[in-house]
Amino acid sequence: MDSILPILYLLASVSFILGLKMLGSPATARRGNLIAAFGMGLAIFGTIFLYKGHTGGHLHNLPLIFGGLVVGTVIGMVMAKRVKMTAMPQMVSFFNGMGGACAALISLIEEANRDMAMPHDPVHSLTVIAGLVIGGVSFSGSMIAFGKLAEKIKDLSFSGQQIINILVLAGIVVMSAMFIMGSISGLTMLLVLCTLALAYGVLFVMPIGGADMPVVISLLNSFTGVAAACGGFLYDNMVMLIGGILVGSAGTILTIIMCKAMNRSLFNVLFGGLMSAKAASGTSRAVVGNIREVSATDAAVLMAYAKQVVIVPGYSLAVAQAQHTCHQLELELESKGVVVKYAVHPVAGRMPGHMNVLLAEADVSYDKLVEMEEINPEFATTDVVLVVGANDVVNPAAKTDPDSPIYGMPILDVESSRQVIVMKRSMKAGYAGIENELFYRPNTSMLFGDAKKSLAALVNEVKAL
Amino acid sequence: MDPATLSILYLVILMIFLGIELISHVPSVLHTPLMSGANAIHGVVIIGSIIVMGEATDVFSMVLGFIAVILGTLNVVGGFVVTNRMLEMFKKRQ
Repeated sequence: MDSILPILYLLASVSFILGLKMLGSPATARRGNLIAAFGMGLAIFGTIFLYKGHTGGHLHNLPLIFGGLVVGTVIGMVMAKRVKMTAMPQMVSFFNGMGGACAALISLIEEANRDMAMPHDPVHSLTVIAGLVIGGVSFSGSMIAFGKLAEKIKDLSFSGQQIINILVLAGIVVMSAMFIMGSISGLTMLLVLCTLALAYGVLFVMPIGGADMPVVISLLNSFTGVAAACGGFLYDNMVMLIGGILVGSAGTILTIIMCKAMNRSLFNVLFGGLMSAKAASGTSRAVVGNIREVSATDAAVLMAYAKQVVIVPGYSLAVAQAQHTCHQLELELESKGVVVKYAVHPVAGRMPGHMNVLLAEADVSYDKLVEMEEINPEFATTDVVLVVGANDVVNPAAKTDPDSPIYGMPILDVESSRQVIVMKRSMKAGYAGIENELFYRPNTSMLFGDAKKSLAALVNEVKAL
Repeated sequence: MDPATLSILYLVILMIFLGIELISHVPSVLHTPLMSGANAIHGVVIIGSIIVMGEATDVFSMVLGFIAVILGTLNVVGGFVVTNRMLEMFKKRQ
């Protein structure tokens, strides 16, 4: 009987590995997610009914455990079902924070219940402290990232913050070391350490720009994985250990891949905000020139008589929920014999793949979504590029202005096409807060207004031709 | 180092390599669902909260344990449901 739980844990671990593997390919991703979820269910119910503690007894408090499961399931379901596709990134951050908080609470309870008569065990202390600190940082950091993506919290860095960050971090390291060596102990000190960890999470994420939040979330995701693995050490629990380490390492690699897509180092993403706090303002060049406005009618004529139109979707497309209208425009243009493609920048929207998800929702065929490396050489032979609410990913400053914060990021070369039409609500700068020279180029014209309304107007105009 | 700790160390190092290998060749289209899926998997931390809750005897541990179970469940359920919703969008195409 006693070997059933380890076997369930083994099955669960295999399901996590398979799940992650299958999530890596569009054809199998959905099944992969379901397999991992099934494995998680096995592990949870196996633990509840079969787990035996050191003393050999089964778990108590089953009503409370089930109560917690039900409450969490109901809240989690409602939140996950209600959230709009545009708000997915912050939702992931929120759930990540919950996992971090869970890990930190486990450590608090473990320490509070520690048998003081037992001799001090540094390895045990290390796992408790690591779970607490990493879980705490992950929780508060994720909440700040959540707030930033929901645009409830602004970027903030103040002079001397670097020093404060280092002091808080040093405090955490020193206190942790003292705990592990056994020179301090007890719940009060642990709460102090917990507060420091929470504060560090806030200070760490605050100065990082909102556009870099996906990288931060991915990093905090791997943190929570490590915190979960600490719980695995604590209870010699294989499934926690395997699940946690797997996410910790996969999350770290994913973070690095995302940084590479922006052509930046992880260090630059994490600490760039702090470094530039002093040297801020006056970084980006002032842009001079005139902008040209175009009416929906003229824009429709330009596109309907083009050979090839490339649509560049951005975050405003998501905000305006305009993906269906965009797909309609594509169909109308195709009925006029125009070749329509979508150019998807790896970091368009708020997360890699954000645009693909949205356009897929509107039934846009997968092979029309072209990645940056493939589409860039094609712009020279493209008649019209329609930029729908994208900004930073088409900003030529990334290539020409070494002072620009986005300098070095690979961009879509839309300006090499014959005509660029930019749909925008106003002349407001993009998410990175920088001017865009593209709007002042002679072959660029602006179509102002809400993305959905403008697209609908274009659909009607193209139809009428 | 005792054999048990040593075998755990083996496991950890092999898992790190496995994690790297699993993620390395994924198209950027799937980064978001992948992050979300990984997010759900580290919800396995809920097992720890169930264990502390099940062994809790005092009020302090019970209250914190109960909250931990709720938060862990949120991570698991929310994580898998959000990932599934994202991937539903991809499914229609096939």
